[in-house]
Amino acid sequence: MSDSATHHEDGHKSLIIDNKKLLMWLFLGSDCMFFGTLISTHLIYRKLNPEEFDPTSMFSLELTSFSTFILLMSSFLMALAVSAMHKGQIKSFRRNTVGVIFFGLIFLACQVYEFTEFAHLGLTLESGTFGSTFYLMTGTHGVHVAIGVFWLICMLFYSYTGKMDAHESAVDVEVAGLYWHFVDIVWIIIFTVVYLIEFIGKV
Amino acid sequence: MSTVTETPAPSTHTEDKHVLKPERSNLGLMRPDHNKSVLIDWLTTVDHKKIGIMYGAIALFFLLVGGVEALIIRTQLAFPENDLISAQRYNQLFTMHGTTMIFLAIMPLNAAFFNFLVPLQIGARDVAFPRINSFSLWAFVAGALVINFGWVLQAVEVMGLFSASGPTAGMNDFVPSMGWFGYAPITGIEFTGAGTDFWIMGLQILGVASLSAAMNFVVTIINMRAPGMKMMRLPVFTWMTLVVSLLIVFAFPAITIALAQLMFDRTFGTSFFVTAGGGQPILWQHLFWIFGHPEVYILVLPAMGIVSEVLPTFSKKPLFGYAIVVFSGAVIGFLGFAVWSHHMFTTGLGKVATAAFSLLTMAIAVPTGVKIFNWVGTLWGGRVRFAPPMIFALGFVWMFMMGGFSGIMHASAPADAQQQDSYFVIAHFHYVAIGGIFLAVVSGIYFWLPKIVGKMWKGKLSIWVAIFSTVGLNITFFPMHFLGLLGMPRRTHTYLEGFGWETYNLVCTIGSYILAFGIFLLVVDIIRCVRSGEPAGNDPWDARTLEWETTSPPQVYNFGRTPVIAARDALWEHKHGPENRRITYEEDDGHGIHMPSQSWMPMIASLGFVPLGLGLSLMQAGIPYMGYVAIFGLFMIALGVALWAIEGPGGYHLHPEEEK
Repeated sequence: MSDSATHHEDGHKSLIIDNKKLLMWLFLGSDCMFFGTLISTHLIYRKLNPEEFDPTSMFSLELTSFSTFILLMSSFLMALAVSAMHKGQIKSFRRNTVGVIFFGLIFLACQVYEFTEFAHLGLTLESGTFGSTFYLMTGTHGVHVAIGVFWLICMLFYSYTGKMDAHESAVDVEVAGLYWHFVDIVWIIIFTVVYLIEFIGKV
Repeated sequence: MSTVTETPAPSTHTEDKHVLKPERSNLGLMRPDHNKSVLIDWLTTVDHKKIGIMYGAIALFFLLVGGVEALIIRTQLAFPENDLISAQRYNQLFTMHGTTMIFLAIMPLNAAFFNFLVPLQIGARDVAFPRINSFSLWAFVAGALVINFGWVLQAVEVMGLFSASGPTAGMNDFVPSMGWFGYAPITGIEFTGAGTDFWIMGLQILGVASLSAAMNFVVTIINMRAPGMKMMRLPVFTWMTLVVSLLIVFAFPAITIALAQLMFDRTFGTSFFVTAGGGQPILWQHLFWIFGHPEVYILVLPAMGIVSEVLPTFSKKPLFGYAIVVFSGAVIGFLGFAVWSHHMFTTGLGKVATAAFSLLTMAIAVPTGVKIFNWVGTLWGGRVRFAPPMIFALGFVWMFMMGGFSGIMHASAPADAQQQDSYFVIAHFHYVAIGGIFLAVVSGIYFWLPKIVGKMWKGKLSIWVAIFSTVGLNITFFPMHFLGLLGMPRRTHTYLEGFGWETYNLVCTIGSYILAFGIFLLVVDIIRCVRSGEPAGNDPWDARTLEWETTSPPQVYNFGRTPVIAARDALWEHKHGPENRRITYEEDDGHGIHMPSQSWMPMIASLGFVPLGLGLSLMQAGIPYMGYVAIFGLFMIALGVALWAIEGPGGYHLHPEEEK
């Protein structure tokens, strides 16, 4: 992942923020717009076609709350992994990264279960605007989680090659951490405005 | 950094990289670094200057393609009830003319200038991520191939080579034909064929290219500046690059998601834009213009940057009000996100929304006007030299202002209701696009080509380029104002006699050929300069910014030693300013110049978009086995990225001979 030409020889000694980290922040800014577009499409159609579908009959608050909690905890472990890497504690980094990967996979499994369940209950891509926006939005989020899991698995393997060092690799891990936290935050927003909001006055 | 070569003794001069031996990457493969084959050198290059030149060459090619499409359109419209081409072919031509000019000609021409100039202007050795830069270039090429692939199929179809009973039976629509804005519901599966799929996939790939390039340039400009090159000492062109890159970062996601939704509508039966399923076609217009209006500034701000460099150089004065010019550019970019609905006044937004967007649109005229006044202020009292770049820059100020005036007319919603979808709109945005952006880009070419190729222009052909293109564009587009007010609608392949449109249309067509001749002369002039120009020297124009400090063409490492900047207009102060504002150079630390390694992987990864895009489009059209082609493309991208990550950044050191 490292593609930087900035080495100490280059004479740019006053970097406020590392190149890779700045690139990731820009990507996350861009990603905000991606999810902003998806979520607002969902909310607009929810308002325009309120009678089309009643999601409270289908959503399982228990399951989704569980998977949300799992994703939150994975973010906590991710923060521990980043901190461990900064201190050069590679064993602690590995332990925590395995935890993040495991929790990420649990979240993905919950989503797969949820999707199949909803499809059985009649919510499909073809069934109207709710199905269209819901699956495209949560599916895009799921793809983000899957990419994050794949990325962390690659890092885990890389840590066994002995090429990781506390300076260069700590930035790489931190960049992955930024991505992971962002994906987590997006899920908090989706959980709130897509799931929880439907239950106002209904529970 | 295990692959960086051992530092040789500083006394050995290894200025020519071909002298060095290639090394192995972490994959165990030889890096293409010091290959003597010119072709391999260009294909695998990570040098921002070579990448910029390739962007420019490909963009000029597509400029000619789009120009030929425009000429066919104008020839068809020369006479009432002309039947040179069919209505379907006409739709394909105006769609591809718009798409080509915006995404394949102007944006990459701007990218060519970004690539070549920005690292030189900020005193850097390359961009922040040289391999991502190479990826952006080849992804752009992949997108261009996918979006134009329909022409190949259309040619095969016209020649009657498709069998009547195969999977292509009954298909005769392979080129996008719904307009460059692709309004729903005409992009729906029941109305348009494979052309729309090529367009969706092609634009999606071009979006990847633009986004990766834009993020790269933001990081480069913020992090890679030479010591002393503070933000408010940056050349205005670099500032505009930063603003444009941020616009791309935040505007492109809207079109990416809109295209994904459209693809889902066509492929998986969702109902984002399908009324039968509860969808609203107008959502497309909103999402498209949330991207589309910032896109207008993505196209025009670099042109403003170019002109802000050229005018001070040939007036021998600093830019009048540097800070306010920079600030105006940023304000234009910021406001650009808040005016998209002025493209949709006639859709019935409601009074409040219409008034708000009308007001905001007029507000954009303020920073634009500020810029125009600052350019005029720069000329005021200056020692003006009418060198070729200056002629085009002056033409830009005047012609762009004309386009701006009709723009303000559109900002008024009642007037816009009359002008919507008429030739008046065409007149407006062609004054901006050709009178504004094109003239500025030509000015940039005349200004910087001596730096890029190291050769000077020959003779006075440039004045004829200026005369033919400016006269041609005015003859072509000025009568369109009247055509629009007389009610001639856009996007109709022919018209009847008796509406008073005949003379204007004929004049427009004649004008378009004059403009085309001007562009032909420009190509001739470029070829003459590149082939047989005299050596240009470092600073042929007595210019002001850092790129003119280095050799023409610049060395592969740009600057032998990192410059330390003491003032805005660094080179001008260095040449004519007081002692304490001169450029100094960092001490040579004996390590040599660190250069990034070349790589095949970005090209392999990005060219995987070609089978992916074509496979998905053709699968949608019902051609068998195309899903496998798409999967192959995906695999190619994944493989390229994986090997890219594993091979490591590498790098080597050059030791140029000290001249100073």
